Amino acid sequence: MSAAATLVRVLRDPGAAATLDVAGWTGLIACARAEQLLGTLAWRVDGLALPAGVAPILADARDAAEAARRGALWEAEMARRALVPLGVPAILLKGTAFVAAGLAAGQGRAIGDLDLLVPRDAMAAVETALIDAGWEWVKPDPYDDAYYRRWMHELPPMIHRERDRMIDVHHTILPLTARRRPDAGALIAAAQPLGNGLSVLHPADMIVHAAAHLLADGDLAGGLRNLWDIDRLVREWDDPDAAAVLRRHAAAHNLADTVALALRLSHRLYGTPVDPALAGAARPSDGWFVRRLLARDGWGRPTRPATRLAFYVRSHWLRMPPAMLARHLWIKWLRKPPGA
Amino acid sequence: MRHSVTVRVGPAAFRVGADWRSPIEQLRDLYRDYPAFGGVPDFTVSLSAARPWRRWIRPSVAIGGDFTLPEAAPLPLAHGLLAAEMAMNLQMALGWRRHLLLHAATVERDGRALILCGESGAGKSTLAAMLHRTGWRLLGDEFALIDPATGDVHPFPRPISLKNSSVALLRDHGRWGSLLTGTPKGDIRHLIPDPASIAAMTRPAVPALLLFPRFGFDAAAREVGGSEGFVRLTTASTNYTGLGEAGFRTLTRLVHHVPMAAIDYPDTDVALTLIEELWR
Amino acid sequence: MRFRAAPADALLQASLDPFTAVFHRPSGQTHLLVSPAPEMLAALADGPLSLSDLHDALAAAFQLEDAEGLADRMAELVAAGLVTAEPAA
Repeated sequence: MSAAATLVRVLRDPGAAATLDVAGWTGLIACARAEQLLGTLAWRVDGLALPAGVAPILADARDAAEAARRGALWEAEMARRALVPLGVPAILLKGTAFVAAGLAAGQGRAIGDLDLLVPRDAMAAVETALIDAGWEWVKPDPYDDAYYRRWMHELPPMIHRERDRMIDVHHTILPLTARRRPDAGALIAAAQPLGNGLSVLHPADMIVHAAAHLLADGDLAGGLRNLWDIDRLVREWDDPDAAAVLRRHAAAHNLADTVALALRLSHRLYGTPVDPALAGAARPSDGWFVRRLLARDGWGRPTRPATRLAFYVRSHWLRMPPAMLARHLWIKWLRKPPGA
Repeated sequence: MRHSVTVRVGPAAFRVGADWRSPIEQLRDLYRDYPAFGGVPDFTVSLSAARPWRRWIRPSVAIGGDFTLPEAAPLPLAHGLLAAEMAMNLQMALGWRRHLLLHAATVERDGRALILCGESGAGKSTLAAMLHRTGWRLLGDEFALIDPATGDVHPFPRPISLKNSSVALLRDHGRWGSLLTGTPKGDIRHLIPDPASIAAMTRPAVPALLLFPRFGFDAAAREVGGSEGFVRLTTASTNYTGLGEAGFRTLTRLVHHVPMAAIDYPDTDVALTLIEELWR
Repeated sequence: MRFRAAPADALLQASLDPFTAVFHRPSGQTHLLVSPAPEMLAALADGPLSLSDLHDALAAAFQLEDAEGLADRMAELVAAGLVTAEPAA
């Protein structure tokens, strides 16, 4: 069994950790770190009898996750202070949203940049307000800048000059080059206020976004963590009509098959309870995704290079029509420094 | 991985794996006097071929592990030991949370610790090695580990990494690792701490004096005040920010309780004299 | 406009002569403050004040720079997140 498969098994059933020896724990910890799931693992096995040496490592991981939570909430608060005067909706996405809303998906989670969704017609005002509050551009490169503004679903990334933290301001949840066009207006209309001027997505849209992020917008790097988000979101969403609501939201965002695949993968790896009609029947290609998601060894190293390459190509294919991809890569190659 | 070894230094254990035999054998030799470790290590480090064919053709070592820096360039296999040591430092710098880490050398006498905090080139390692030779216990030449609960310094007595000029000063003394020539840091050799320092590597010491040495200037010593010391130490710490409140409490306690001074020195003999004067 | 300081339990302070080191729990950030910034935080501890009320409160206790200087210091505290500006009640 790959270390990633062990990680999945223990996340799904923490009691399975009891069978691990020193070598098993060593590989599990290295793999969980590489998948950014060590904090999550630490919470899952909390209270179990652990071998000497493991407990302090997991205590550190919980501690680090708590620091990440605190830092993420503070970035959100500073963005709130900058944006509240504009009176435009500002919606937290991903990890920051999970911890701000106190969701299980946020427990122990690593959190990177602050991701915000705002209406597209408010982007310019938001940009100005953030710059006034101390954020500045990361990439001063004109091509990248033009590319971002024209094709990506976000402003070029900005960083706060004092706090050294990144913010990504999105106006939708997939690049405009992607073949899918989620309904950004509906995302914003259905968002749920936190009571402080910020909002989070509707529970169904959180799942749709997590599925899109996992499957339609990348090469599945960090996929086990993104899939864990989906598992937690599905389990925690307490609504008897959840399946019907999720079906409606997924269809409205043109992501029904993406959500179905994400649910099948989550069910297969984490045992997530899913509505069979919504998830659909297993397909042969599902196994290909599972192999990619589990491609990591007990040294934290990626395995299955051919599968990884296939997903890398797929991710660019999903994002951009081929001619545009060629142009993008050409410009990137031209700009490589000599000898690189 | 094909070859691996686990070593424990002070409170931290490292599993190091490599595609080649030689760096692992060099590590085994360097750490042969350290107690064996059979538990779950705190950190994993991997030394692997930067490209598959680089295992054999002009072999070059890419540094991997739990914590990495994207800008860490591969090193030639001949410097594999240096790659391992750098990677272990990196795990501590980026991943250790049980102590406040200061980029500093530390030695102990009579249960009291002297902390030498300075940037690369300040001569920390050489001074620590010279003091160690004159009977001080070596706590570490790279990181001072300050315990947030007690304020004590915890030993982290890695082999001392010394450049060629310092190797000459200390030759004929103690046990050495193999010579690494032409590394990005010049010629390097590791001096293995004496058996007493290794045997006491879990016994902390109370910080008694904190010095900021600077090499290449006329002899001088001046007291360092609280604000200056605090700022210098935050910039010398790799995990002050990451530790949050614990980091703040630990560092302010250190600054309030330990006398601090900056010393300039033209050569190590002058430095040792200055240190002995300030220590009294 | 009134200014509200972070609640007292959000701050840890250590005097380091001549600075005061302030650890702000919600952000995990450390700020090094010089007079009159620590005194401004202390004066705001009991509740939000307008700039002119704050000026009066501080002027009673010790020598103070001009009102413009106070506004600049306040802007720095707001940017650091230690103080929030809110519309007057």
